[in-house]
Amino acid sequence: MAEAPVGKQYPPFEYEVGREKIREYANAVGESNPVHHDPEAARAAGFRGVVAPPMFCVVYSAGAMGPAILDPELGINLMMMVHGSQEFEWHEPVVAGDTITTEVVLKDVFDKNGMKFYVIESESRNQDGQPTVKGTWTEIVRGG
Amino acid sequence: MADDGKSRLEVGQAVPELTVTPDKYVPHRYAGASGDFNPIHIDPEFAKGVGLPGNILHGLYSMAQVARAATQAGGGDPRALKRLSVQFRGMGRPEAEIRVTGTVREERDGRVIVDTVAEQDGNQIVRNAEAELAI
Repeated sequence: MAEAPVGKQYPPFEYEVGREKIREYANAVGESNPVHHDPEAARAAGFRGVVAPPMFCVVYSAGAMGPAILDPELGINLMMMVHGSQEFEWHEPVVAGDTITTEVVLKDVFDKNGMKFYVIESESRNQDGQPTVKGTWTEIVRGG
Repeated sequence: MADDGKSRLEVGQAVPELTVTPDKYVPHRYAGASGDFNPIHIDPEFAKGVGLPGNILHGLYSMAQVARAATQAGGGDPRALKRLSVQFRGMGRPEAEIRVTGTVREERDGRVIVDTVAEQDGNQIVRNAEAELAI
């Protein structure tokens, strides 16, 4: 098999954050804090608008992750893939109306216990260039 | 420190426990909210066909419960949660209680590190979780 293309970058993905999408996400995961639902409550708490729960980052990052996971050059067998571990480091809060751009790079590929580990790093910024989240996604492929 | 409405987070102390029982349709709502429609999460027949006990929770839904518990421990402001790392093990199921527990491991530079796990029916579905909170 060809050497894994560690360091490979994937095209930036742009996501426009909608207020109703934040509410839908907050309802799905049980985030009841009014700052995730009500613009007035959010502004009273010092946010520019309805603010996304921290883990909403998976919603705006997903479109950037897809091309890496599906990259034929990596050849990941999706049926054998499990999400092994995940880390997020948060910076500027994300609010309704923001446009978030996420860039993804293949950070590492290694074998351990007969499984293949793919470590993918994502970095997201808002329309002002402020970082919002940095993600480290580890996918494990059994028999890889 | 003056009372700022947050519970004090001291090293060795347990943080408030979070329990949640995702109902039968939570995986469907989470699929819609997140865009992850992998059939192992929403189609019990498909899931059984690939050797699972039934449709399973999205790992990132379970991680969101850990994030919720950590945010709550940090006083409820979503800005308090600075970092969260987790390992996914086992699988979460709908219609069974998830219990998220944590203990403050260390405090440094205005941040605390909380070691956290999420378990369901005695299995850890999120383990070795480490949440960093601004205090």
